[in-house]
Amino acid sequence: MKTDKGKTYFHIVQAQYRKNKLALAGFYMVFFLFFIALVADFLANDKPILCKYDGNYYSPVLKEYFVKIGVTKWQPFFLNVDWKELNFDSVIWAPVPFRPSNLDFGSRFKPPGVNRHILGTDQLGRDVLSGMIHGTRIALLVGFVSMSIAILIGVILGALAGYLGGIVDIIIQRMIEIMITIPTFFLIITVVAFYPQGGIWMIMVVIGVTGWTAIARYTRAEFLKTRNQDFVTAAIALGYSNIRTIFKHVLPNAVAPVMVSAAFGIASAILTESSLSFLGFGVSATTVSWGSILSVARGATYAWWLAVFPGLAIFISVTTYNLVGEGLRDALDPRLK
Amino acid sequence: MRDYVLKRFLLMFPTLFFITVISFFISRMAPGDPAELKAGVSQGGEMSTGKGSDLNEQIVQLIRKQWNLDKPIFYFTFMEDQDDMNPRSFFSRLTFRWNGAQNQYHIWTSNLLKLDFGNSFRDNQPVIEKLKDRVPVTLLLSTISVFLSYLIAIPIGIYSAVKSNSVFERISTFIVFMLYSLPSFWVGIMLIIFFGGGDFFDVFPYAGLHSNTFNSMTAFEQFKDVSWHIALPVMVMTYGSFAYLSRQMRTGMLEIIRQDYIRTARAKGLSERVVIYKHALRNSIIPILTILAGLLPYLIGGSVIIETIFSIPGMGSLGFEAITGRDYPIVMAVFTISAVLTLVGILLSDLMYSLVDPRITFEKSTR
Repeated sequence: MKTDKGKTYFHIVQAQYRKNKLALAGFYMVFFLFFIALVADFLANDKPILCKYDGNYYSPVLKEYFVKIGVTKWQPFFLNVDWKELNFDSVIWAPVPFRPSNLDFGSRFKPPGVNRHILGTDQLGRDVLSGMIHGTRIALLVGFVSMSIAILIGVILGALAGYLGGIVDIIIQRMIEIMITIPTFFLIITVVAFYPQGGIWMIMVVIGVTGWTAIARYTRAEFLKTRNQDFVTAAIALGYSNIRTIFKHVLPNAVAPVMVSAAFGIASAILTESSLSFLGFGVSATTVSWGSILSVARGATYAWWLAVFPGLAIFISVTTYNLVGEGLRDALDPRLK
Repeated sequence: MRDYVLKRFLLMFPTLFFITVISFFISRMAPGDPAELKAGVSQGGEMSTGKGSDLNEQIVQLIRKQWNLDKPIFYFTFMEDQDDMNPRSFFSRLTFRWNGAQNQYHIWTSNLLKLDFGNSFRDNQPVIEKLKDRVPVTLLLSTISVFLSYLIAIPIGIYSAVKSNSVFERISTFIVFMLYSLPSFWVGIMLIIFFGGGDFFDVFPYAGLHSNTFNSMTAFEQFKDVSWHIALPVMVMTYGSFAYLSRQMRTGMLEIIRQDYIRTARAKGLSERVVIYKHALRNSIIPILTILAGLLPYLIGGSVIIETIFSIPGMGSLGFEAITGRDYPIVMAVFTISAVLTLVGILLSDLMYSLVDPRITFEKSTR
C-alpha cells in the first residue's frame, strides 16, 4: 500500500480534485475561456491575420497592437481602408472576419448563416459570434478584477478581525453585517445607474466592494483557529511584527477557503455584470458584452439567436466557475477523503 | 432567550442607521441636480443660464424648498460644494461644519419613524401608497413560487440523498446543478421567445398581470387569466430556488443519515421507510425551514430582473423604475424595506433554529 509520505498538502488536494471529473472539466474550461479572451483579436477581426500586399508580407492584426501603444504607425495604404476591398496577393483572414464594432446596415437582424454571419447579427448588423468572442474579455475582466478587489478587502479585514480581536473584531463584524443586510444587487444597479460615467470599471469596483463578506468571514475564522497555535506564538516570541506574522505565517492557512469563495465569486460577478448589461446599465453602447447582446432580444422576440448564444456563453462560464469552486471545496474538505 | 432577542433587536438600529446613511449618500451625491431634473430644465449648463431662464430658476428654487433640497444633506458637512464659477482644489474644500437637525437626512428619518416614506419625486404621490399597490403583486408571485419550489425540492433532495450513487441520483444532481447555474434573465427571455408571443409557440402572454378585459370577467375567468399570465414568471422564479433548496436538502440529508442514531434505528430493525421519514427527515429538514425565514426579503422585495422582463407591476420593478427615473424617495424606501426585512429574516431564522432544535441555545453562547 502506498503511503502519503513525501506528498505535500498541495499534491493531496490535487489528487482529490482530479477524482471529480466535472470539476476537472471546469478547470480545463477556465483555461479555454482564458485562451479565447487572449486571442480574441485573432479569432474575430475584420483585418487579415497575414496578408501579401504589393509583394510584401504584413500582419495587420499584430500591427494594430503596436499602433495602439504608439510604437509604429499604419502604412499609408492601410490607413482608413475597408480591408475587404483591398486587392491582396494572398491573404489569411481571421476565422470570424468581423469586429464586434463593425456596423453592417445591409444585414440587420439576420438569422445565423446569412451573409457569412455564423451566429447571425443584431439590430445594427453587428456579428453576434464576434461580439461573443470579444465579450469573453469583458466577462473575465469583470470576474477577475472585481474578485481581486473583494479578496483584497476581505482578506485584510478578515485577518485584522481574527488576529487582533477585541474592538477591531467587533467593528469589522458590524461592517460585515451591514454589507450582508444591504440589498446588494439593488445597490449595484443604483450606483451604476446614478454614476454612469464610471462605465465598466465602476461595475467592477462596486461588485468588489460589495462582495467581500464571505472571504472576510472565512479568513477571520481561519485566523481565530490558528491564532493560538504554537507556530504563531513562536513568531510573536521571535519578535516578528504583526504584519509579518499575519501575512507570512498565518495567512497561507487561509488561502484554501478564500480560493473556494473566490471561484464562486467570479461566477456571480460574471452573472451580475451580464444582468446589468442586460438591464441596459454598465458597458457603454459601443461596447458589446454578452448581456448587451441578450438585451437586444428583449425588444425583438423573433431574434432567438440573440438570446440563445450569448446566454449559453454566460451559462457556460458561470457553470465553469461554479464547478471549479465546488471541486475545490470538496477537495479541501478533509471529511470527504 | 428574551434577553437575546432584545439584544439582537437593539443591534438592528445601528446597522439600519449605516445602511440608510450609505443609500442616502449614494442617492444625494449622484451627479445631476434633482431639482433641475424635476423642473425639466436641461442640464446643458450654458443653455439654461441665458436670458429668459429667470422663471426656470425660480421654479428650481421653489422645488428645492419644497423638497428640502436647499438644506444640508447630513448633520455635518466636511466638504464644501464645488463651485462651478471658481473651482477649488480638493484640500481647500475640506472643512467641518455642524448643521444641526435641519438637514435632509434628519427630516427623512423622522418621517420614516412615522412610517412616512415621503412622496414620489415623479408624480408627488405618497410612496407608501405605491408600496401598498405593489407588495401584493410580488407577494402573490413569490409565495406561489416558494411553495412550489419547496414542494418539488424536498422529495427530490431526500430521494437523491437516500439513493446516493444510483443513476437517478447522478442525473438529478447534474440537472439540479445546471439549473442552479442558469441565469434567470436568460431563462426568462428564452421562455418569452419560445413560448410567449415570439415566432414559435404563442402559448403564454409575455407581459403584465392580466388581460385588458379583466374587469368584465367572472371570478373564475379572472383566476384563470391571472394564472395564465403568471405562469412564465413563476416558472422562472421557481427553478432557481428549487435547485438551491434541493441541494440544501440533499446535503442536510446526507449528513444526517451518516449519524449514529440512524445506524441505531436501522440496527433495531426499523423499516427503511420509518428510518428515513420519521428519524432522518425531521432533523434534515431544519436547515431548509430556516431558509424560509431568510427568504423574507425576497417574498416581499421581489426580483428586479424577473419583474422587469415580464413587466410585472411588483416591488422589484418599482425599484427598477425608481432607479431609472431618479426617484430618490422610492429608492430610499426600497433600500430601507429590504434591509429591515433582511435583518428580521436573519433574526427569525436564528430563532427558528433554536425552536426546532433544542440542542441550540442562546443562553451561554456569545456569538
